[in-house]
Amino acid sequence: MGHGGGGQMSGELIEHLFVPAFSNPLLAGLTDSAVVTLGGARIAFSTDSFVVQPLFFPGGGIGDLAVNGTVNDLAMSGAQPAYLSCGFILEEGVALETVGRIAEDLGAAAERAGVTIATGDTKVVDSGHGDGVYINTAGIGLVREGVDIRPQRAAVGDVVIVSGAIGVHGIAIMSVREGISFGTEVVSDCAPLNGLVGAMLDAVLDIHVLRDPTRGGVATSLNEIAKAAGVGIELVESDLPIPETVANACSFLGLDPLYVANEGKLLAIVAPSDADAVLAAMRAHPLGADATVIGTCVATHPGMVTTHTTFGATRVVDTPIGEQLPRIC
Amino acid sequence: MVGATAVPVSRVRARITVSGVVQGVGFRPFVYALARELGLSGQVCNDASGVIAEVEGAADAVTAFGVRVRTDAPPLAVVESVEREELPARGGTAFVIRDSTAGAGRTLVSPDVAICNDCLAEFGDPADRRYRHPFITCTNCGPRFTIITGLPYDRPATTMAGFPLCDECSAEYSDPGDRRFHAQPIACPSCGPRLRFVQPGAVSAYDEDALAAAHQLLVAGAILAVKGLGGYHLVCDASDQDAVATLRKRKDRGDKPFAVMAADLATARCIASVSPAEEALLTGHQRPIVLLRRTACSAVCSMVAPGNPDLGVMLPYTPLHRLLFDQPGPSVLVMTSGNVSGEPIVVDDAEALVRLAPLADAWLSHDRAIHVPCDDSVVRVVDGAELPIRRSRGYAPYPINLATPVRPALAVGGDLKNTFCLGDGRYAWLSAHVGDMDDLATQDAFAKAEEHLEQLTGVRPEVLIVDKHPSYRSRQWALTHAAGRPVIGVQHHHAHLASVLAEHSYAGPPVIGFTFDGTGYGDDGAVWGGEVLLADYNTFERYTHLAYVPLPGGDAGVNNPCRMALSHLHAAGIPWDPHLPSVQACSAEELALLKTQLNRNLACTPTSSMGRLFDAVSSLTNTCHRSTYEAQAAMELEGLATAALRPRGARRHLGPAQTSRTDAPALATDGAGSGFGAASAFAGSDAGFGELSGRGYRFEFEEPGVLLQAVVQDVLDGVDAAEISLKFHLGLADLAVRTAVRVRDERGISTVALSGGVFVNGLLLEATCKGLAEEGFEVLRHRRVPPTDAGIALGQLAVAGRMTEWKEQGICV
Ligand SMILES: [Fe+3]
Ligand SMILES: [Mg+2]
Ligand SMILES: [Zn+2]
Ligand SMILES: [Zn+2]
Repeated sequence: MGHGGGGQMSGELIEHLFVPAFSNPLLAGLTDSAVVTLGGARIAFSTDSFVVQPLFFPGGGIGDLAVNGTVNDLAMSGAQPAYLSCGFILEEGVALETVGRIAEDLGAAAERAGVTIATGDTKVVDSGHGDGVYINTAGIGLVREGVDIRPQRAAVGDVVIVSGAIGVHGIAIMSVREGISFGTEVVSDCAPLNGLVGAMLDAVLDIHVLRDPTRGGVATSLNEIAKAAGVGIELVESDLPIPETVANACSFLGLDPLYVANEGKLLAIVAPSDADAVLAAMRAHPLGADATVIGTCVATHPGMVTTHTTFGATRVVDTPIGEQLPRIC
Repeated sequence: MVGATAVPVSRVRARITVSGVVQGVGFRPFVYALARELGLSGQVCNDASGVIAEVEGAADAVTAFGVRVRTDAPPLAVVESVEREELPARGGTAFVIRDSTAGAGRTLVSPDVAICNDCLAEFGDPADRRYRHPFITCTNCGPRFTIITGLPYDRPATTMAGFPLCDECSAEYSDPGDRRFHAQPIACPSCGPRLRFVQPGAVSAYDEDALAAAHQLLVAGAILAVKGLGGYHLVCDASDQDAVATLRKRKDRGDKPFAVMAADLATARCIASVSPAEEALLTGHQRPIVLLRRTACSAVCSMVAPGNPDLGVMLPYTPLHRLLFDQPGPSVLVMTSGNVSGEPIVVDDAEALVRLAPLADAWLSHDRAIHVPCDDSVVRVVDGAELPIRRSRGYAPYPINLATPVRPALAVGGDLKNTFCLGDGRYAWLSAHVGDMDDLATQDAFAKAEEHLEQLTGVRPEVLIVDKHPSYRSRQWALTHAAGRPVIGVQHHHAHLASVLAEHSYAGPPVIGFTFDGTGYGDDGAVWGGEVLLADYNTFERYTHLAYVPLPGGDAGVNNPCRMALSHLHAAGIPWDPHLPSVQACSAEELALLKTQLNRNLACTPTSSMGRLFDAVSSLTNTCHRSTYEAQAAMELEGLATAALRPRGARRHLGPAQTSRTDAPALATDGAGSGFGAASAFAGSDAGFGELSGRGYRFEFEEPGVLLQAVVQDVLDGVDAAEISLKFHLGLADLAVRTAVRVRDERGISTVALSGGVFVNGLLLEATCKGLAEEGFEVLRHRRVPPTDAGIALGQLAVAGRMTEWKEQGICV
């Protein structure tokens, strides 16, 4: 994994190299998309690059990821995504039909998300200088008046909600890439979340934090939030929605489902008084049908995420660093 | 009495400064009595650097005093130095004890001490005013480290501050001729703490009533939380299968053995074989848990230590423990740390009522607070000498003397079985057991214990020292708490090796270090653990190591020895023969998954781990396929090998752990009367190592596949598992000896050091030491700190605390 794993190492790259070099308050917020004001409109603006292998997997492909990734980054600021750009970097020799299929996926995903691909670009690199297909997308969308969604807004007492099962996407990718089957097939949950977020904002405008726990999983997202807001986050192990297949695969591979990547899932942090309304709105939406509360923000251990185990102990859930190496001696 | 004062002409005066563990151990009354016996006048007082006596009288009497303060010192005192300074004579005949003065310098806090024989006699004497008093102590025994809240060590700076002495106790406290003179924790039934019994839904009972109620529940098979010296224990009748099974379930304990407390030495002898060295440890004032070779005895049911050849046994060390055994009832009690699985031992009374509620049926507590936790220490005897496994109560916070000074530093140790180490100058204070750092409460306990030890030692660390493992929580803690101080990383096995050098105050040239353990982060990002290092404190060279094999699935690979066996076979190109126990232990699905995983190198880390090699052999011999606690597979394998060393008639075949769990006495029947205690695996066989070494498998570090091939062949040929296990142990010892000889030939190094958790294995340690000694090597093995990760903080300190140019050395961050 190293610096791309979405854990502590890529966090350090961003924090120590990029943020200082580009220094401005928007980046310093370390959110997935920036909210800017342009011509009187509040616009969310985001970009993301996609280097996934394999290019196609059960439940989706790189084309779906490229649209949904940026759409979701925008949605996590509470924006309604509108326009996307799309840049392809193709490795010489990649099959035309592969590119064609990806383009079709892209188009279909854009339509499903209700966004328009407004501009694009294609570059070809020499054979051996790429991994088949890389895609970069950028997007913009409008943010409603009164919406203020930032990790810093997580407050003691707030409730942590996840929109559905954890770890599904990462295990699906792994089982295809490695040709490993963990019993029943796991299908990626890759999906655009802007519709779900819209429904949530219709119910409660004052959502404090939204995050899509992609690379590095739920653990990484929550650690970022806990550090940004200076609160502790305490999860309840028995409340985590982890499908049996994911649990089995993780226990076999020695992975923690909290560190496994998700697509099409979001974490929401809301005031306790708003929790029921938000949950109801989520459960009424197809992508939030299994939404559930997994924890709370606490005053103890600020900046740290913990899980309360079934035996009553409290385990620290760190940001993963590189690969998950054993610590047992 | 010496009448020397009659010759005033030769009268001299000297200031004698005694340092070491000389406070809280009855040193001043001893000095008082000695001065009076020698006819000397003068005074004695404590200050922060030790005990200072000014004595005046005949020259030879003053000289004798200087000698006898060392030779006749009280049993608990550790005299490190005696310095003499001449003063002008002043005259006078009185000898007085002065109050403590706070001053510069450093005193050493005594560890907690088991009840002494004098107190025990009073405790058992119906005419004594402390008859059956659960808190009887004197200058020679009782709580110290765990009740001290500050320095200098005086009653107001202990958790006894809230118990004003009654007139009688006060008289004893101020009488220099009394055994309780200035004994800070003393009390009696009229002024001391009280026992309290708490059971949900019942009214609290006190004193003798509390004891009776607690005892009644124990007899009835209940689980009790009992407040001890360094924390709460969970206690139940060790002969009661149901009670022990319930405790096991409530603690989420897997098969991990429970320690027991036996009523007395005779009972201990009934449940285990006890050598003289083991007896000395069992009955000594540190009174640790001693791992003994168990025997079949109905006082200990099979659920106490399923499948394990050893039993952790301790004897009562507080008056309260004595009271638990003084009436008809269980003669052996399970005594395990009172904690929620993974959390530190509970010391606070209010917390005990909440945290231990799901575990205990009732509480036997008291109102003498425990200021810092201190778990029971665990030791075993190997080749007649003590081998620490957990260094805590009775040992901490006594410092280790370093060969060369360090600057003020804190080494944060490892992540599991964490201990930390403070160092300054020639002293290294290794903390008591802290626990597993992935637990939040343990991290809090770490922070508290660290603060307390800083307070007791006066060390203000200028640097922090950590393991290089990027995900160690101890490392994270140090980075978070560095506050601008440099944080230095030390490689895991270098720290192991330095820990054994440091405890021996070694200051010589580089040594040959065999550091064998389960997991340590290597400089190349691999998981190291079968390492031959040529090293001193400053640097190390990785001379060779066990060849890398894939560790499939990180912790999942560690917890499933059968997968490790298959991984080793895969690496060696040996087919997974369906007749092999490791293959049979896996379902078809698990085999298929593992095969793909190994072929694709998915979630596989290269490892040179020696612990995993033990796992592989343990599984191949059908001994242990799934590990439910750390080192289970290796421990069971060692048990088999030790059995194979015995006369043929005494040997028994031992099935896999799953079987022995339900059929427990299988392992236990062995040791009885055979004369083989855990004290020496070789005792009675009269065989030197040279004679036995030819019996072992022959392989090289670079080619573990050769070993695997030989083991597989023996397994398929139906060779007894115990014999295979013995051949493995002997072969590994022989490998170390041959490698050491090779290094000596090449580099001229003739000192060998052994460290790492694998050397908790008594058979391997003894065989290796014997083999090396027979080849003329000087061998350094652990005697004072554990070979496991519980000792690496000392090694980290010894490596990085000495560095003067740390900027050039492996700094992290
Ligand atoms: Fe280790
Ligand atoms: Mg993203
Ligand atoms: Zn005593
Ligand atoms: Zn009294």
